[in-house]
Amino acid sequence: MTDAPLLEITDLKVHFPIKTSAIQAMGRGVLRRLQGARAEAQDDRLLHPRVHAVDGVSFRVGRGEILGLVGESGCGKTTTGRTVLRLLEPTEGRIVFEGEDLTHRKEDELRPFRRRMQIVFQDPHAALNPGMTIGQAIMDALLLHETRDLGEAKHATLRVMDEVGLTPAEDLFSKYPVDLSGGQKQRAVLARAIILRPSLLVADEPVAMLDMSIRARILELLLELRNRYGLAYLFITHDLATAKFVCDRIAIMYLGRIVETGPTDAIFRDPKHPYTRALLAAIPIPQPGLVRVRTLPRGEVPDAIFPPAGCRFHPRCPVVLPTCGWEGHDFVDYLDQRRLNPEQAAADEAAIGEAEGWHSDLFEARRRVRDQDPTTVASYVESILPQALEAMRRAVAGVDVVGDEVVVRFRKPDPLLPKNVEGRLVECLLY
Amino acid sequence: MSETILEAKGLKVHYPTKRGPIHAVDGVDFDLQIGETLGVVGETGCGKSTLGKSILGLLPPGTEVGGSLKFRDRELLKLRPAEFRKLRGEEMALIFQDPMTRLDPLMTIRDHFLETIHVHRAELSKAEAIELAAEALRSMGIPRSRLNHYPHEFSGGMRQRIMIAMAVVLKPKLLVADEPTTALDVIVEAQILDILRDLKRAYGMSLVLITHNLGIVAEVCDRTVVMYAGKFAELGSVNDVFKKPIHPYTQGLLASTIHLETKELRSIDGLPPSLLSPPSGCRFHPRCTYAKDICVREEPAMIEYRPGHFAACHFGRDFV
Repeated sequence: MTDAPLLEITDLKVHFPIKTSAIQAMGRGVLRRLQGARAEAQDDRLLHPRVHAVDGVSFRVGRGEILGLVGESGCGKTTTGRTVLRLLEPTEGRIVFEGEDLTHRKEDELRPFRRRMQIVFQDPHAALNPGMTIGQAIMDALLLHETRDLGEAKHATLRVMDEVGLTPAEDLFSKYPVDLSGGQKQRAVLARAIILRPSLLVADEPVAMLDMSIRARILELLLELRNRYGLAYLFITHDLATAKFVCDRIAIMYLGRIVETGPTDAIFRDPKHPYTRALLAAIPIPQPGLVRVRTLPRGEVPDAIFPPAGCRFHPRCPVVLPTCGWEGHDFVDYLDQRRLNPEQAAADEAAIGEAEGWHSDLFEARRRVRDQDPTTVASYVESILPQALEAMRRAVAGVDVVGDEVVVRFRKPDPLLPKNVEGRLVECLLY
Repeated sequence: MSETILEAKGLKVHYPTKRGPIHAVDGVDFDLQIGETLGVVGETGCGKSTLGKSILGLLPPGTEVGGSLKFRDRELLKLRPAEFRKLRGEEMALIFQDPMTRLDPLMTIRDHFLETIHVHRAELSKAEAIELAAEALRSMGIPRSRLNHYPHEFSGGMRQRIMIAMAVVLKPKLLVADEPTTALDVIVEAQILDILRDLKRAYGMSLVLITHNLGIVAEVCDRTVVMYAGKFAELGSVNDVFKKPIHPYTQGLLASTIHLETKELRSIDGLPPSLLSPPSGCRFHPRCTYAKDICVREEPAMIEYRPGHFAACHFGRDFV
């Protein structure tokens, strides 16, 4: 079959456990019990916290295709790239490359595939061994995988150096990394990556460290290599403008999920996901006098240890719905937000105590009330809800008194599934 | 009526090294008006950060300076370190690129503020100082309850907002921001730029914004200088410089910038020169496609081609 993708990633998850000692974990458990938390499955999330770096990501890369994986720092794009090459271990999901399932292959079984899939890192200064000449560095892979004949290897190395514009190749062959400029080093790294004629290159921010005047040439070289060898790229970048210039298709990542995938033109012409829209609106454009009306998302990317429920963008989304995943945490954040106004802060503190007294348990926020009547606290909470974001207010199922606790309960969010919207895959309840 | 707050004439900053002086800033003239934002753009190693440091008196000891740099009619180059310390924080302030390395991890945010305020306003009581700090934080969208927190408890964008709050707590007249958003993501970057714009409007502050990002300059600055190898290549209103660039370097820089409207990329051949032994004549001549003999021999002067639009190119007239 010719239209089978070169790379197919299905529901990939990569979680990193946070190391805590057994005593710390026990202490945390006891503390939470004292605060009135019930023993639930929820506890596991708290007792064994994990960074949800990549949390259910699926995409395909065709032969000779350039797929951009675009997102802000910490969204999981680099982790995805490295896991694709099995440089990191997947927690769940499937990695199929050239028709072979690589998810559980052992290191020595992976070796034949490694020459077909290569990586280029962001920092060319760190990627080259300062004690090896440029020629040695590039030739090394060849000697490892292909040939033991030095003369033959050197010949192939000079040829590939020529292809990436490291000329005069004969001179540069015996130079050390310190003698090269940043752009030249990145060319050397590229030469080393392509000398084994891979079919897939994971390019992780390949031009981010380079000055503007040099970036353009490296990007053109990447495009040229694709055209010449039908090389496919997983092009990882935070820079939408660069992605637009190089990629055939783009996947936008946010906090471990892909929120929108589609052809580059379509995504830039008419972005569908509110996060994609926000990203595009935030990019500064070098055109003076351009008037842009934009609503920037509130706040910053949340912690990937406890990613928001439902759509992960919901706490910041300018067009959020009541069904997007409102949870206890959002209520605590709302209390925090109110403190920016000194009058509200004083009134809140007098009526319901400090925001720290509240803790969230997935779809609930609760606070133990000892020296007050819980019902007065509950009615105060109800009285401040109308000033909250409408979507959040409408997601509140009730404010109850349970024993000596006040509990704010949220409705469960609607299930979130990627949908096909005008030729792109979008994960948003608006559609 | 505009009024000059900062004026440089023939400003030179040389770092002595064993291999000879590094000409980081090599004779530049500019002025800054009250309430104005001046962008300083250029690639790595062009001297733009050195320019910022010389305004704030943060050059390393032993640095050779020349020419003149006047801030509200005071000659900055002749100030003693103690006098500079009095000026910094009170009348001028700095925002750095990486807020994490500028905040002391062992000090709470409140202690950071108290330290700054105490140096300049010793007469204020602790309670008054905390009030000032809380107000500055609030204007950056951070509640006062977070005064007791340590730097590691904040996200990158919040840390940068704290840095800005600390810089403006005493309402300085001049703010120097050196790549203030380079370490941040685009959305947070846009938030911070909005804050800087609001601050300018609210307090009539003057701002020197040092960046390699042409998009930021276009969105935030009134005028801009383009630096190349320690010299100014071009100086003018953002509108003139971006829409009618004169210097071939500016043209090349604009053409090689990748932005959302980019259809075709051009690049500048060659590499920026070493500041240890800069090229003769026009420093851009080895990379310039229009270079002639005179460019190798003679250094071009800054010539005013349009009102307020200067460029240092022997053939500037051809590009007007």
